[in-house]
Amino acid sequence: MIVLSSDKIPISKELDMVVFRNRLKELAVKIGMGLVNQTKLITAASELSRNMLRYANGGTVLMEIIKGPTQNGLRITFSDKGPGIADITQAMRDGFSTGKSLGLGLPGAKRLVSDFEIKSTVGKGTTIIITKWKNG
Amino acid sequence: MKLDTAKILQKKKKQILELWMKTQLVDFSLREDLMSNDELSGQSEELVDALLQTLNTASLDDAQADAFEPVRDVLDGISLSRAKQGYSPRETGMFVFSLKDALLGVLQQELKNEPVQLYEESMKISRLIDNFGIATFETFIKGREEVILRQTDEITEISTPVIRVWDGILAMPIIGTLDSSRTQVVMENLLQQIVDTSSTIAILDISGVPAVDSLVAQHLIKTVSATRLMGAECIISGIRPEIAQTVVHLGIDLSGIITKSSLASALKHAYGLLQLEVRKSIANKS
Repeated sequence: MIVLSSDKIPISKELDMVVFRNRLKELAVKIGMGLVNQTKLITAASELSRNMLRYANGGTVLMEIIKGPTQNGLRITFSDKGPGIADITQAMRDGFSTGKSLGLGLPGAKRLVSDFEIKSTVGKGTTIIITKWKNG
Repeated sequence: MKLDTAKILQKKKKQILELWMKTQLVDFSLREDLMSNDELSGQSEELVDALLQTLNTASLDDAQADAFEPVRDVLDGISLSRAKQGYSPRETGMFVFSLKDALLGVLQQELKNEPVQLYEESMKISRLIDNFGIATFETFIKGREEVILRQTDEITEISTPVIRVWDGILAMPIIGTLDSSRTQVVMENLLQQIVDTSSTIAILDISGVPAVDSLVAQHLIKTVSATRLMGAECIISGIRPEIAQTVVHLGIDLSGIITKSSLASALKHAYGLLQLEVRKSIANKS
């Protein structure tokens, strides 16, 4: 897959999330993504970056515009060096939360995007890659 | 005979100041709209005074020395006030760096016949002024940050108004991101106003909230529950189509809450709950 542009920003406090969301919105508008898909992507990104902030004390996000077989899209990589997730299947279940939240962040984010990939090693950190196609 | 740089500069104070003012006045970046020439020369004199006085005690070799503290204080004051007046960091930086030209100009005249010493002293002065320049940048940024912090506070304060739209009906438009601290403010204001105005219906309008994720939804649910505990009904309005779709995909259950797409339909619903009717008045002129 061809990466057309990439942009990396750190997330270490809640204010960074606002910056991140705005940047993401700019990119989504740039590739001509519709309003509904924009909102879905931004919401998913917001869930994942908040998880990073809450459970791993922050991390970095990499935003890339990618050229797919038929259309362009955005690929976002969230990486943190937090405690990691012991049981990913459990974490991906609706309503499961180790915090006091609704437990919809991970499964909800997966439903909002076109492609969702999660890798986690306990004690080392978690990496989540999401992709949203322009009309996906 | 080796001349003492500090002494030379002190003797030539007036000349330095004149030269400096001249460079500043011809500079195209001079901001007459922000500061009058009198003020500018006042600031310049203050800085030169402080610098030349400390040259007595401090050595030129070490720009970080504590002896330069008074100069740095003056610089801090100048760059802070400039940051508030709206100067760009470049302009403040140029203000300090242009002093270098003046100092070196005078030094060059005095040490015409001592090239080695001239070179050494010039290097020292350069380093010193560069250091001061960097210090002004740091203070400048600090000054700007203070402005930003103050504005952030102001925004939080004014961004959650509670409006009494009718007897017993309150509306609260929420604009911007709804994070935990905002929710706290929103909830406090709303609950207090419900008590103060003995309202029975509260409308939370989220048209201005850019994205509703699970945390925002959770905050909304909590606010609604708290309002209900106070004996009032809470309606959430301003749910845009894209937000509705996102909330469904996320899997958030808002079915226990009365939600409307616009503030108008929420108000209509509220009138219904209060058994009020809004009608066109019939013209009875005939």
